[in-house]
Amino acid sequence: MSAVMKDKAGRQPPKKLSLKQNYEMLTRGLGWEPSYQKKEDIYSKLTYEGIHIHDWSAWEDPFRLTMDAYWKYQGEKERKLYAIIDAFQQNNGQFNVTDARYVQAMKIFLNAIVGLEYASHRGFNMLSREFEGVGPRVAAQMQAIDELRHATTQIHALSHYQKYFEGMSDFPQQFDRTWYISIPKSFFEDAQTAGPFEFITAISFAFEYVLTNLVFMPWMSGAAYNGDMSTVSFGFSAQSDEARHMTLGIEVIKFLLEQDERNVPIVQKWIDKWFWRGYRMLAVLAAMMDYMLPKRVMSWKEAWEIYFEENGGALFADLERYGIRMPKYYEQTIHEKGHMSHQLWSTFYQLRKAGGFGVWLPSEEEMDWMSEKYPDTFDKYYRPRYEYWRELEAKGEPFEFEGLPQLCQTCQWPCLFTEPEDPTQLCFRHSKYKGERYNFCSDGCKDIFDDEPEKFVHAVLPVHQILKGEYFREGADPRAEGFDPMFEALSYMGIKPGVDGGLFSEHVDAKKWEEWTGRPANIHEGPVSDAVRKTG
Amino acid sequence: MAEPARQPVFIAFQANGDTIPIVDAIEQDNPHAQIDESPGMVKITAPGKLVVKRETVEEMAGRAFDLQELQVNLISLSGSLDETEDEFTLEWKL
Repeated sequence: MSAVMKDKAGRQPPKKLSLKQNYEMLTRGLGWEPSYQKKEDIYSKLTYEGIHIHDWSAWEDPFRLTMDAYWKYQGEKERKLYAIIDAFQQNNGQFNVTDARYVQAMKIFLNAIVGLEYASHRGFNMLSREFEGVGPRVAAQMQAIDELRHATTQIHALSHYQKYFEGMSDFPQQFDRTWYISIPKSFFEDAQTAGPFEFITAISFAFEYVLTNLVFMPWMSGAAYNGDMSTVSFGFSAQSDEARHMTLGIEVIKFLLEQDERNVPIVQKWIDKWFWRGYRMLAVLAAMMDYMLPKRVMSWKEAWEIYFEENGGALFADLERYGIRMPKYYEQTIHEKGHMSHQLWSTFYQLRKAGGFGVWLPSEEEMDWMSEKYPDTFDKYYRPRYEYWRELEAKGEPFEFEGLPQLCQTCQWPCLFTEPEDPTQLCFRHSKYKGERYNFCSDGCKDIFDDEPEKFVHAVLPVHQILKGEYFREGADPRAEGFDPMFEALSYMGIKPGVDGGLFSEHVDAKKWEEWTGRPANIHEGPVSDAVRKTG
Repeated sequence: MAEPARQPVFIAFQANGDTIPIVDAIEQDNPHAQIDESPGMVKITAPGKLVVKRETVEEMAGRAFDLQELQVNLISLSGSLDETEDEFTLEWKL
């Protein structure tokens, strides 16, 4: 066996490169020393954030993935994915999901996430230009291509739902203008307008490594449980790239911390900021998991315990040796885990006419599930509220909030979250800057503003834009008789007033679902129309 | 911390035909691992360290296997990764 094979001329064939050698050749081997431009001119953004890098070659992608292998495996993923999307479409898969409430969650996904993927694509393209080391440039380039792939596959997969359901036709406009979508949009734009090291710490580490498991593991498994072949397929296909992105996230943190001790406090500050921003953004996911999946895999609280407390805990225990501690205010996230989804869903319910999807109150069966999953909080604080609102609905007088909410200057959520120690009091924080007052939903968001006020005073807050009269379509005349500013603002945001939002039981999706499928639009309540066949 | 090396690592795959031999191989090579199945997904968690060995996957699958093929069905992982031709290792290196 040990005899070396020789060819006819008696030569030994060249030895196959090991994975490590191959990676070295196809990354480090691609770099060159500039001769007629100064390095600091070519890579001009690498020093102003205060990060010190001494040896770019210390950066290694532990997957040791090179471009040739990248295309091969990505091609395979795409072929699998599009075969499934074809099957889904040919077999009317949109009618095989549990009920039409599930589709409402897909609207949030399409309108919010696709734009984020595209923003991420742009961000990583910038990194692949700005970084001096070849290893990280190649990794950033791959990730830029991945993110573009995610945006396109999500659009393709969800376009099929768009043919049947409302609220999905204007996703680029909604991404730019819709009030609750300004939350994810501002998150990414904050990262994109930071320096390259803050961007990669924000997105690759704080978001991808620490937080995205919550999006793609329990949520996508939930999509599978609810029969959504197409979303599961693009979700898991995207997530297969995500494992690589997460690895990049942890490698970049270790690289920055090992390069220079002076990097440690800067990185810690970014971890604190971006953990909190990412956590606030994920509030929408908490509501989607607990309220929008007709069949549920796990609660937000359980997911937070597994993916943040356990896995995040392991990660930060590992980073302790560099002098990195748990993100600031992480204790508050643990305190809030029994409250966040309920507070947000209640807010969506009250503001439902301004939403781009139908909203409903949890059924008896669902409230029982929540009592079981949230034994310390649900019955005490939230069940009585839902039961009261159910009574009002039964009387034909559903409760709604008709004003405009006060938004947090940093995360852009309405100030809907409660005090850390008192879930019966809404939390409000304020800062003064250059004589103006700014409002925040939490200490975490206030700290972020106070550290970079010049940046955050420029935040475009949709409610402020409405009050300023900026959120009107071209040609709108506020002086015209019968002018309805809310109608006008929603239209500007890409939401069809009276169609896209409101009570789910009155929603066109619910009625059409029953007409098309003969099954109830909400499996937990009675049918909303006469189209559901009586079977016994 | 009393047992710093025991922090959990995990790997998760899409639950499909391609990943049955991979999960079987992990189960054989990592007797301390816990396997959790949920809709569409299988997650394998182990204290400290988890190894995927090419040779065992090949044995289970009955064909040659390149560890980089894991990419196709991978959902997520945690821990520090090291990948060579023969082994894909997740570990907290304390």
